[in-house]
Amino acid sequence: MTCDAPAAEPTVWRSYGTRRRSTRAVRVRVCAALVAVTVLAVLLVPPLAQLDQQAVDLAAKLRPPSWAHPFGTDDLGRDLLLRCVYGLRVSLLVGLVAALVAAVVGTAVGAAAGALGGWADRAVMRVVDTLSSVPHLLLGIFVVALFRPGVVPVAVSVASTHWLSTARIVRAEVLSLRSRPYIDAAVSGGASRRRVAVRHLLPAVAPQAAIAATLMVPHAMWHESALSFLGLGLPAHMASLGNLVQGARGSLLAGHWWPTLFPGLFIIVPTLAVAGLAGAWRERLNPRRRSELML
Amino acid sequence: MLELRSVTAGYARKAPVVHGVSLAVAPGEAVGLLGPSGCGKSTLARVAALLHRPDAGTLVLDGEPVRRWRHRAPRAQRTAVGVVFQQPRLSADPRLRLADLIAEPLRATGRREEAPRRVPELAAAVGLTRDLLGRRPHEVSDGQLQRACLARALVLRPRWLICDEMTAMLDASTTAALVAAVEDYRAATGAGLLAVGHDHTLLHRWCDRTVHWDDLSDAVAGEEGLVTPSPVTDGS
Repeated sequence: MTCDAPAAEPTVWRSYGTRRRSTRAVRVRVCAALVAVTVLAVLLVPPLAQLDQQAVDLAAKLRPPSWAHPFGTDDLGRDLLLRCVYGLRVSLLVGLVAALVAAVVGTAVGAAAGALGGWADRAVMRVVDTLSSVPHLLLGIFVVALFRPGVVPVAVSVASTHWLSTARIVRAEVLSLRSRPYIDAAVSGGASRRRVAVRHLLPAVAPQAAIAATLMVPHAMWHESALSFLGLGLPAHMASLGNLVQGARGSLLAGHWWPTLFPGLFIIVPTLAVAGLAGAWRERLNPRRRSELML
Repeated sequence: MLELRSVTAGYARKAPVVHGVSLAVAPGEAVGLLGPSGCGKSTLARVAALLHRPDAGTLVLDGEPVRRWRHRAPRAQRTAVGVVFQQPRLSADPRLRLADLIAEPLRATGRREEAPRRVPELAAAVGLTRDLLGRRPHEVSDGQLQRACLARALVLRPRWLICDEMTAMLDASTTAALVAAVEDYRAATGAGLLAVGHDHTLLHRWCDRTVHWDDLSDAVAGEEGLVTPSPVTDGS
């Protein structure tokens, strides 16, 4: 045997591991940057620009993208970039409110069902199963149809159809926690049902519920766009991403691609970015479960 | 007296783990319950601590039969029995600092103001230093965590103490320290003890009398006249 063998190559698993970690880090950074840009645009552009997104200029209708109108103009000569930012603002608002309401309702219902157990649990979960068996969009359309068009009914419709998955996740978590000895210890220490829920169960399910809520934001935005696209969501004059795509449908056949493309990108990119961030967060908390985009 | 009368209990109605078992602990007495792994000792301990509703049989606590279990049991009855479980990791809420862990029963029963006085006192009694009280369960060892769990069981001054394999996972010195802490508490308050375990030597030295699981079922203990099988009554 000779001692002058070449130095050991770096092990394969190590280089593989670092590469995987770096792609994930890049993904998270890209998503974070996109979310930051979106939020900044939505918060800063309307007050800074001082421009009227409703300003009609029929002389400049359906102009392709140019320096004056980076995203072009729509069939009434309105600036599409401005319309898209305002639309994203509305969609993001609906998405956030709906996701928050859905998460709170879902957590409350899931925790109550899991903590009470027995008949209450079975009854509540059967209701959840029944509601889940109806397609969300159909149920959402039904709820929207009950009210005058506006932001609130759309948020209510999206929230009322989306608390179900959170309720399921939270209930499963509570059920697994309920039989832990530390809950027994709390009961033996004189804790009431409410005390056990507030002090021991809810803090333990809070991370799961927060992830579910974050993953729901993009889903809620898509839902809002779908409702608006169907003409059931927000009133037609209001710039929402769904309304913009809906309004541009006609001009697509005439070869005007920009009024559809840009609002479409505005729906896809921020929602994917939020979903990517939430997925990375979940992967970090619970590495066993591979992240899938919950869209 | 803490009396278990022909208790049948388990997790599936058709296959009870504990079958017609009777056992009594007198005030101030220390009873060691020996038995092989998986025989149902822990289930019996859970029944005695009002944490598990038996399918049949009665638990009589200080002359009063227990009719409701877990949350439904009157708070005074529940807190009259302190429990220390086998696995400290699982029996401590991972989010609470040790000081909060020990004070939790006081807070849950509306005696929050006693906590600043009782917690250091108990920490000293079970041998926890001040710096450990600020740590969370994952930052301390099993033995240290079990000391905190014992302190939590003692904080409401229970008249009965149930130690379910309290020292099964611990080294000899921690075992000795925990047993000493339990004995100090019993000497001061006259509390009764039911120590469940499989370590003959330890339980023989620790307890006034030890009973073996196999001698507890009614078929064997019938001559003691404790056998009056009665269906359990529960308000629910």
